[in-house]
Amino acid sequence: MRQTQSSAGAAFDEMSAADGAVRAAYAELAGWLERMPASQTDAKRREADLLFRRLGITFAVYGEGGDPERLIPFDLIPRVITGREWEALSEGLVQRVRALNAFLYDVYHGMNIVRAGKIPKDLVVANSQYRPEMIGVALPGNVYTHIAGIDVVRVSENQFYVLEDNARTPSGVSYMLENREAMMRLFPELFSANRVRPVGHYPDELLKSLRSLPPENCLNKDEPTVVVMTPGAYNSAYFEHVFLAEQMGVELVEGQDMFVDDGFVYMRTVAGPKRVDTIYRRLDDAFIDPAAFNPESVLGVRGLFDAYRRGNVNLANAVGTGVADDKSVYPYVPEMVRFYLGEEPKLANVPTYTLRNKDDLKYALEHLPELVVKEVHGSGGYGMLVGPKSTKAEIEDFRQRILANPDNYIAQPTLALSTCPTFVDEGVAPRHVDLRPYLLVGKDVKLVPGGLTRVALRAGSLVVNSSQGGGTKDTWVLEE
Amino acid sequence: MLSRAADSLYWMSRYMERAENTARLLDVSYRMSLTATDAYSQQTQWEPALVVAGCEAPFKETGKKIDARNVIEYLALAADNPSSIRSALWMARENARAMRTQITTEMWEALNATWLEMRAFDYAKIEAMGLRAFFDWVKERSHLFRGVGYGTMTRDAAYRFVRVGTFLERADATARLLDVKYHVLLPSTRDVGGAVDYYQWGALLRSVSAFQAYRRLYRDAIVPRRVAELLVLREDMPRSLRSCFRELTRLLDELREMFGRDYVSARLADQMYNRLRFETIDNINKQGLHEFLTEVVENNAEIGKAIAKDFGLDF
Repeated sequence: MRQTQSSAGAAFDEMSAADGAVRAAYAELAGWLERMPASQTDAKRREADLLFRRLGITFAVYGEGGDPERLIPFDLIPRVITGREWEALSEGLVQRVRALNAFLYDVYHGMNIVRAGKIPKDLVVANSQYRPEMIGVALPGNVYTHIAGIDVVRVSENQFYVLEDNARTPSGVSYMLENREAMMRLFPELFSANRVRPVGHYPDELLKSLRSLPPENCLNKDEPTVVVMTPGAYNSAYFEHVFLAEQMGVELVEGQDMFVDDGFVYMRTVAGPKRVDTIYRRLDDAFIDPAAFNPESVLGVRGLFDAYRRGNVNLANAVGTGVADDKSVYPYVPEMVRFYLGEEPKLANVPTYTLRNKDDLKYALEHLPELVVKEVHGSGGYGMLVGPKSTKAEIEDFRQRILANPDNYIAQPTLALSTCPTFVDEGVAPRHVDLRPYLLVGKDVKLVPGGLTRVALRAGSLVVNSSQGGGTKDTWVLEE
Repeated sequence: MLSRAADSLYWMSRYMERAENTARLLDVSYRMSLTATDAYSQQTQWEPALVVAGCEAPFKETGKKIDARNVIEYLALAADNPSSIRSALWMARENARAMRTQITTEMWEALNATWLEMRAFDYAKIEAMGLRAFFDWVKERSHLFRGVGYGTMTRDAAYRFVRVGTFLERADATARLLDVKYHVLLPSTRDVGGAVDYYQWGALLRSVSAFQAYRRLYRDAIVPRRVAELLVLREDMPRSLRSCFRELTRLLDELREMFGRDYVSARLADQMYNRLRFETIDNINKQGLHEFLTEVVENNAEIGKAIAKDFGLDF
């Protein structure tokens, strides 16, 4: 099967060089694609669909009508990263997550970075994600973001950019695992022809990482009791919560399954109350404890935050990590690396205009048709403007929104995100991709090779979010 | 194991068993109605089904006339009747959904497919397929669910909670079903032992899949005393009270050993089992079968409460 389109514009194509030559890492895959008859690809795509449906690998979209249980489209063509590229990338990622954790510790213990004049104070303390309740609270290992997803895009052979940090409850790792599982079932022969580094040990690493930081007053520090806490079956990522709990072999609990007695957290089991040491919680700060935060929350556990502050239970991720992944704080992450680690950042940020700055605002308003504008607190690809893909009316509408509240926005040049060959209706065509590797921070920082590759399935689209019609690919990191 | 998980599993199987037993109740009522004489009005024919299902009062509130169609519609299909087959299948499926990690994929698929089919039924459809065929379908889906669970679940605590739900619900249903005959008023004592009486006891036996067993065991005409004995005291009859309590006692005992705790529910079930082991049908008849069955149903409710308390299900 041949590609029906050449590379999309000037974007870097990960499979083929500008002269059409296939890059070494994709050599096997290109041959495989070439040999595969169209009838087989159709059959395999249907098989993959069935597989995901049967496994219940869905995500929920509410409020848009139709079946809320949707499949994220899975593309059969893997995305390949060489071992050498991965080594460089992972060094940058580890460095970045260490800096983010150092920053989080600092903003709740003295604010040295603010006092040094490296970041404006109000960006921290006036940030809605900043939790003054956390000031002075001692956490095991001083770790705040235990599980971080750092979104990376590629624009050329050697240039990767960090698009955004996710330091709260990044999701999607189950797709990384299931995509690999699906590929190995559908095309086992590919895995004997290519030396792909495994990712299946992620749940083991996650459990080890969570267990490596027991709370101060844990009874059995060698084997702390870990649980996954979910907001419940109606959460869009519920499937993932079930999946991770199952894979780690720990209980999946809801708020109603736990209670606090004398400052300790217990879950209700058929054999009586059982003490809980570490909670991998998949719900926002605001909902974890009605006594400490949103009093309306029925999803949380009354007294949980107090138990946490006393060192009787650990939470992953910590309370108050949102202040580090906010888009208004993002431009300062390279500075964090320099400030806390005394190193130069190995992974660059996308050049960013902070519209709270007058000069940046002026520039952005003059160049809206070329820029991507994002809300500082937005996520999921909602509330953003992609200048080159928008109509005049849309741009004008956005201009008014920016003028009404410039602090709420940042702008970035529209990047030519790299493309990967992808099955589309017309055959195989290049589509833009990003990458979300998952970092595990316990006593050490760990990451499994690869991550979740998201692909924008619409021709030319740069928005890869699953809620906006994005799909996913298996991500291969090759052994050198 | 989380208490909430145990709770979901227990109710999942209780609701599935309830759906099956409501189908059996409607089946026996329907069979009895086919042998009705002129002396039976629709009302006297179908009221007992409502009484036995515990739905007499809420049905009256609907203001509908008691006849075959209205009662079947209410007990089988009504979405606003929490005791209908439809509601029971929905609740079984929802309890399973809340705890999908605790059951096997096959069990989930059996429950989910059942619900999806149930959702499409209305009275016209079940009348067209035949009422009996519909009742059979419900029974088959329940057999399938139970069989799949039996054949695929690891023998852990979760498995036992599923089985506890099944047998407690079944004990309740058998007691209620046997009592249906008590509520069917005979026009006169002359008919006792007559043809109508024979068919009615026969219908009851068939509805609990015990007709052949009766013939094999007693090789005798159908007499009330023996029907009662079969459904109350025979340990080898899988739907008899004694058989249900043997299972319950065993399961609760195993849970006791598993968790090293003492349970009130285990003691209550054991007491009932021992009573059934040493009781005779003549003795029960002296007390009055109806009175005895009422006592069993009340006792079941007590065991249900004790289970909730013992395993922390009542939070």
